[in-house]
Amino acid sequence: MILPLLIRRSLRQHLLSTVITALSIALAGGLLMAVWVVKVQSQTTFTQVNTGFDAVLGARGSKLQLVLNAIFHLEASPGNVAAADYEFIKRHPAVKLAVPIAVGDNLRGFRIVGTAPEFFSEVEYAPGRRFGLAAGKVFDSTTKEAVLGSFAARKLGLNVGDIFHPFHGLVYDEKNQHAETYTVTGILAPSNTPVDKVIWIPIHGLQTMSGHDPRAATDVSAVLIQLKSPTAGFMLDLMYNKQGNRLTFAYPVGAIMAELFNKIGWFDQVLTLIAYLVAFVSTLGVLVAIYNSMAARRRDIAILRALGAHRGTIFSAIVLEAAVIGLLGMLAAFVVYGGIVTGVAVIIRAQTGVLLEAWIFSPVMLWAPAGMIALCALGGLVPAWKAYRTDIADNLVPVS
Amino acid sequence: MPLLSLSSLQKSFVSPDGGRKLIVDVPSFSLEAGQQLALRGESGSGKTTFLHLIAGILAADRGAIELDGRDMAALGEPARDRLRAEKIGYIFQTFNLLQGYSCLENVLLGMAFGSGIDRSRATAMLQRVGLDHRLDHLPRQLSTGQQQRVVVARALVNRPKLVLADEPTGNLDHRNGWEALALIREACRENGAALLLVSHDPVVLAAFEDVREFADLNQACTGVTS
Repeated sequence: MILPLLIRRSLRQHLLSTVITALSIALAGGLLMAVWVVKVQSQTTFTQVNTGFDAVLGARGSKLQLVLNAIFHLEASPGNVAAADYEFIKRHPAVKLAVPIAVGDNLRGFRIVGTAPEFFSEVEYAPGRRFGLAAGKVFDSTTKEAVLGSFAARKLGLNVGDIFHPFHGLVYDEKNQHAETYTVTGILAPSNTPVDKVIWIPIHGLQTMSGHDPRAATDVSAVLIQLKSPTAGFMLDLMYNKQGNRLTFAYPVGAIMAELFNKIGWFDQVLTLIAYLVAFVSTLGVLVAIYNSMAARRRDIAILRALGAHRGTIFSAIVLEAAVIGLLGMLAAFVVYGGIVTGVAVIIRAQTGVLLEAWIFSPVMLWAPAGMIALCALGGLVPAWKAYRTDIADNLVPVS
Repeated sequence: MPLLSLSSLQKSFVSPDGGRKLIVDVPSFSLEAGQQLALRGESGSGKTTFLHLIAGILAADRGAIELDGRDMAALGEPARDRLRAEKIGYIFQTFNLLQGYSCLENVLLGMAFGSGIDRSRATAMLQRVGLDHRLDHLPRQLSTGQQQRVVVARALVNRPKLVLADEPTGNLDHRNGWEALALIREACRENGAALLLVSHDPVVLAAFEDVREFADLNQACTGVTS
């Protein structure tokens, strides 16, 4: 086939415009795929991450704030749950497991969360997967010991046996150091959940930390709950949210996170629209690049036609050349995509502990390249039509 | 039966004043297989248009062009392209080599739209014209004489029945012109191709036994305007 030779040589002859156009396609395609994957993956991940719990019981307030605070370790706690309320839900026949947490301290910006040891022994954060230890052992609930999430341990540079002072509040302020010292007894294996970025200590230790209000020493910030059945969730929802007015029962966790994404859906749409526009403009770039080179190509086209090339062959060569520019651009787009998603994943990981997987297959990795290549080929139709109509005799000079 | 026969061939163009100017008006013309004929004509006399009509690059206003038993004028454009690719080799005054392609690729393109690419035949053809050591050179890396030899190889590689040469030595110095002319004639003979050459150069024309005045063929040269 002669077309590959014609396309290869033409790309080489117009190397600079080919490279620039392919780069613009790469940026557009990479951005489009990255926006799509980050959107879909973050939505999927955040609505599925519940660290093994079906519901959260907390102070009266926003369900979303409760979930963000208790599951994702973001946001401030909406208030405390009295010890009696914790004991009540713990013994409720519909509840399989109730694990208390208490928040209010940090270590250089990483949250310190008090909890019970069964958080590590009883909970499956995903089917068949428990929070295992990469090193050391789980803390003794009666001592000043700590277990560090893998991300927090790495960032803080702490290892088993190291000692640290907690700092008061959720925001790091070096002036607010507590007098107590804690010893690291274990480092959790990575779970790619928010648990990775937390420093876990016995709940009693956080409740009785120096400087904390002694009147709230038995209160907890929230209770993480596993239910015996889904219907139990609706029953407790009715009991706490409709009939009661002191506490909030956030159930189901995934649906509450989905609501968050619905609220910020417009932002996704704006990002997607920008990505589409960039893609459209870059395919216009293919049209312009090839169209502008047509004056220089006319003589070559006339020569090829004089040698017997059909108009259709010339037309196909131009359209395919545009498609090949699109193909080259989209190959490079995966590098751009990898860069953007890796960067975004680092930020999301640092903020939430959740890890986005850049290279897990997503349908956008097929339809975006196919769409961009098709659009580029479409952009090639205009210069191809001009090439199709090139007159041989007029462009073979001189005439004797 | 002649290889090429023309009858009542006419071609006119729109002139700047809006009227039509008849450029070619050839009542009859024929060329036998293997014949080598030179047509003498001044610049602007319509020689290139005449060759373009024979090659099917231009469509005639009227008349018949029969090449190897097929009426070019009656064929659609794709069939004319195909016939040109298979039966005709064209040597242009300005070479018309594709500058982004190597010597070998230029010759391969001479085959691509006709009999199909045959790399070994293209290489052999370039060897025949003394350029087997320049296969991968681009045209701009060659002397004008060497470029003309590539053009000859490209025109003959497809084993055409008819070679059209339009002022083939016009861009060459005396020595290179002679060498190119000898090569064209010799290669045509070797390949059994007829040669129709147009030129106004008396030195070139002197090399041919069979020379005709283009003005004798083309009645439009007398200034007939329709």
